Amino acid sequence: MHITHSIASGMGGMRTAGDLVGRMQMSRGMKIKEAKEYVANKLKVSVADLADPIVMNEVREDLDIGRVNALPRVSKGIDAKFRIAKLLDIEINCVNMFKDRIGKKMEV
Amino acid sequence: MEKFYTRMGDGSAIELSESELKRDLEEGTKDAAERAKIPPLSEDDLRRLLDIYKCPDKSVGVERGKEVILSYDSGTTKFNRANISVSRLQSLQLYERALGADTMEMGHMDYSYKPAKSIMWIEQPTLEQALLVTIPALFYGAMPNLGLYTQPDGPCSNPMELIPQGKIPEARAAQEEMVEHAVKDMVFVGSTMYESGADGINFDTTAAAGDAEFLAVLRAIAILRKKYPQMCIEVGMSGEFILGMHGGLEYDGVRLAGLYPHKQLELVEKAGATIFGPAINTNTDESCPWNVARSATFAKICGENSHIPVHANVGMGVEGIPVTLTPPVDSVSRVSKAMVEVARLDGL
Repeated sequence: MHITHSIASGMGGMRTAGDLVGRMQMSRGMKIKEAKEYVANKLKVSVADLADPIVMNEVREDLDIGRVNALPRVSKGIDAKFRIAKLLDIEINCVNMFKDRIGKKMEV
Repeated sequence: MEKFYTRMGDGSAIELSESELKRDLEEGTKDAAERAKIPPLSEDDLRRLLDIYKCPDKSVGVERGKEVILSYDSGTTKFNRANISVSRLQSLQLYERALGADTMEMGHMDYSYKPAKSIMWIEQPTLEQALLVTIPALFYGAMPNLGLYTQPDGPCSNPMELIPQGKIPEARAAQEEMVEHAVKDMVFVGSTMYESGADGINFDTTAAAGDAEFLAVLRAIAILRKKYPQMCIEVGMSGEFILGMHGGLEYDGVRLAGLYPHKQLELVEKAGATIFGPAINTNTDESCPWNVARSATFAKICGENSHIPVHANVGMGVEGIPVTLTPPVDSVSRVSKAMVEVARLDGL
């Protein structure tokens, strides 16, 4: 059932910018239109491009914010989230905790 | 006369003519409007639903650019329930890398706050590991499940045994005691997992045990919001109507029994939640078009009135998805499209 919803109406997660738009709903409580416009503005793409896996794969590669097909020497997991927090100007809970654990507020 | 393939609410296949489709759509929205005292769907909305159900394609989808965010309940347990031998961390990587998940959710196999509380020490490192290797936002979720607080499994007398005996004051007192225990557990689990790095907490199947359970969740939200102003709190409901198992409970001066989704939303917002998930029951005696028109009517007013994102529950047996363990793609994709393009929600 998840696959059907994902294909019928989902943004596509990390294949596109779905995870980024999702973060704006979660961190700022934005409605879908506002969240998409915010992310599109930060990524310098159109709102329609946000759910396009071809466009977004290139954008994610350029920004190094994690891609489905992760290659060597690129951001993955927590390091991608450091970059996403800075890119979207949001607080990400586990990123802040990671900084605390290593004893300093890192800048990326 | 041309017939259109659709299904009943139990998933069985039927064929309806265009006039029968129109009739079911009109009667579905009318049923919701009358019950909740809300506006029915407009002529345009009904026409759009008619187009969705006249489309002969097996699978349908939203127009390009109208995609929405998907959030999940019982996320990691679904692979285990299907007897797929993967760990929870592997499940999350499958959601992230294979299934296009916009957000993710981890939960304990028992998926209730009460049993999760006693194993937080093992839940925390699993969540922390998952947060290191995944990228989308990650919820920790469970059900309030007030029923677990009754004897013999819990500390309180069982209201479902007291009510048939006519012991109404005792049944009410038991539910009030259950609320206190549940609030403590939900706040403990929510705090613990947020302090381990979770992006948010999900209260799934809220109010399944009625008004007392809804009150417990509202109180837990308010406490967590005060403790953690940045925490994302998602509330997924269990049904369209708050059952008055107690009958006299209020939150912020509003009686909880009998509230429909748009009124549930108001209290969930007031308590401090970030995302609201209405759940509309599927009627197995009616067609999917009837059920979807009815669900879209309840959901649309939530989307219009809300100040927070609304993610409708679209799992088995709600929002017009047939009540079956193997919901057909034709039915599910039509619900998906209708909730986005007719109810105009922010996510599912």
